[in-house]
Amino acid sequence: MTLTVPPPTALATVLEARQDDPRATPPLQLIDEAGEPTALGVQVGIDVDLAQEMHADMVLARRLDSEALALQRQGELHLWLMSWGQEAAQVGSVRAVRDTDMIFPSYREHAVALCRRIAPADIMRQWRGVSHSGWDPAESKVHINSLVLGTQTLHATGYAAGVRMDGADEVVLTYFGDGAASQGDVNEALNWAAASSLPVLFFCQNNQWAISTPTDTQMRTPLHVRAAGFGVTGYHVDGNDAMAVHAVTRYAAEQVRRGVGPALVEARTYRLAGHSSSDDPQRYRTDDEQQQWLAKDPVVRLERFLRGVGVEEAHFADLAARADAFAATVREQCRALHGEDLASVFDQTYAEPHPVMAEERAAFVARRDRAVA
Amino acid sequence: MATRYSLGAAINAGLRAAMAHDDKVVVMGEDVGTLGGVFRVTDGLAAEFGADRVVDTPLAESGIVGTAIGLALRGYRPVCEIQFDGFVYPAFDQIVSQLAKMRARSQGRLALPIVIRIPVGGGIGAVEHHSESNEAYFAHTAGLRVVSCANPDDAFHMIQQAIASDDPVVFYEPKRRYWDKGEVEDEPTRSLHEAAVLRDGSDCTLVAHGPTVATALAAADAAREDGFSVGVVDLRTLSPLDVATLRKVAAESHRVVVVHEASTFLGIGAEIAATITESCFYDLEAPVLRVGAYNLPYPPAHLESDFLPDVDRVLEAVETSLNF
Ligand SMILES: Cc1ncc(C[n+]2csc(CCOP(=O)(O)OP(=O)(O)O)c2C)c(N)n1
Repeated sequence: MTLTVPPPTALATVLEARQDDPRATPPLQLIDEAGEPTALGVQVGIDVDLAQEMHADMVLARRLDSEALALQRQGELHLWLMSWGQEAAQVGSVRAVRDTDMIFPSYREHAVALCRRIAPADIMRQWRGVSHSGWDPAESKVHINSLVLGTQTLHATGYAAGVRMDGADEVVLTYFGDGAASQGDVNEALNWAAASSLPVLFFCQNNQWAISTPTDTQMRTPLHVRAAGFGVTGYHVDGNDAMAVHAVTRYAAEQVRRGVGPALVEARTYRLAGHSSSDDPQRYRTDDEQQQWLAKDPVVRLERFLRGVGVEEAHFADLAARADAFAATVREQCRALHGEDLASVFDQTYAEPHPVMAEERAAFVARRDRAVA
Repeated sequence: MATRYSLGAAINAGLRAAMAHDDKVVVMGEDVGTLGGVFRVTDGLAAEFGADRVVDTPLAESGIVGTAIGLALRGYRPVCEIQFDGFVYPAFDQIVSQLAKMRARSQGRLALPIVIRIPVGGGIGAVEHHSESNEAYFAHTAGLRVVSCANPDDAFHMIQQAIASDDPVVFYEPKRRYWDKGEVEDEPTRSLHEAAVLRDGSDCTLVAHGPTVATALAAADAAREDGFSVGVVDLRTLSPLDVATLRKVAAESHRVVVVHEASTFLGIGAEIAATITESCFYDLEAPVLRVGAYNLPYPPAHLESDFLPDVDRVLEAVETSLNF
């Protein structure tokens, strides 16, 4: 079920034209706030099946947020960082690359993790405080979270150097925030990837805030413009328009895959909730602003679009039932999560024997066993 | 059959052997390719193995270690050169929070077999930031291994052992000893994390590593002329410390003096003193003493001979220990 058959180069023509002038451009949109296709959306066509799938992903991701936040309030999680409002940016981008493409996330990419079929338990493990990471990157091709801002962009760059040496046609996708964009590591990564022409796709979720610090405190030149200074192709997309994010990221990823060098997608979005379960956003931003962005809610927008093109009520009812079942799973998996013994941390710190650590481990185990006895 | 090499040339030969042995080994750093590094330690490697495996990187230390981590996650074994000791600090986060912790953070799933080579220490009349001894920062960090070579034979074998290790290794090269020559054996005599008892002593043992091993040997020679039997241990490994060897020499000689170039406050010497005191208290005739640099920023080159430990300061400490 496709709205119109996309002329293969319509989007490319627009995106290419934008590259001629590396000045700030408005974020590209295919579906507007009211859920109506924009002129460009009509021109390039919108895949309704894909829209439906991504809508489902977004609904589940948001449900994970609301369940996890509730679990945090009940003391089941120590901390939770909501991706509320950023579902389109995450789902649209991760679905635009191949499952074999490696991802280096920051820490807020739960929607990305879900799309890569990472279990809610494995997403929550870290926030329950039972381990520092939850999943096996070899299986999901998603590296563990990086909490030191921006560090993962360098890991992605190095990984991409390996991809190129291996002669593989993989793209390495890395996520970071507008705040992280001020870090030296991010700028080193952009420069390095460009200088070495590596297959890295930098994806910035510009959610307007870094905790309480607004984007204009971080930078004077917008990131999609700054990219050109590094020799990185920059794209600007409405991060609350899942279809636009998908189309632009798909295009950027395929360019990167062709070997033309790195690209950067700046997705203009908004963190609708606080920075984390510990944050109080009312201390630094206005209700007005919040309301303005609520009107751009990416999940609502895609639902409106789907209803507009005649997707039937049964679909939404099924999805609601799926989300409820998913929520029950989230709660169950969370409560069932138990940590490992400290002895296992001794075992996991070094690959090879370490006599000093072995001595300390033995002392710990003896002490623990005495306490149990 | 033993071959004679300078310490720098021995590392070069070790790198060449490691690269020939495993095509996943990649050398990377500032000016390591065409130039062969500012100390020429990577001389000729680019010509032999190509620019893909001997990578001239942008001038970005965090980037060097950070991208090495990505390469290792992809299955490579990067050997990073930090051009001088004082320039490792921009990479500090990537080393202590990323490199060191990745294995534990991933519950043992991710291995980072990365070597970070650092030319270390003073004594060459260098301008500021080129003479530092910062081993304690890294030895303090769980998840890293830290080693320090002092002679060509060790340099040749230890660099290969470090590259073969599945853990990250910070590899210190005593830059003022780069040109010292010595025999290099075909086979290693020790594993990477063993200290070497270079000389037995019944009166006192000097414990040194890297550039101060030669200082300790000279001091032991001088002491022998005065009729004292002073042993010398080359630590070789700073993390993990070879505690067994330290306990043994402490028990046998009853007096220990640690000699290193780093400032004494919270340096490796402090750890050794504590370790020996905790486990060999009743064997000791004197407290473990430390001879190191003063607790100052590294001074201008004209003053470094007063700043760094020398034979006289070591002998003074031996005397203090003997008279205790
Ligand atoms: C190097 C570093 N400094 C500070 C922090 C503390 N911190 C965590 S998140 C955050 C804000 C990050 O903002 P941004 O990069 O825009 O991402 P967002 O949280 O908005 O997704 C800060 C300051 C950190 N994690 N790492």
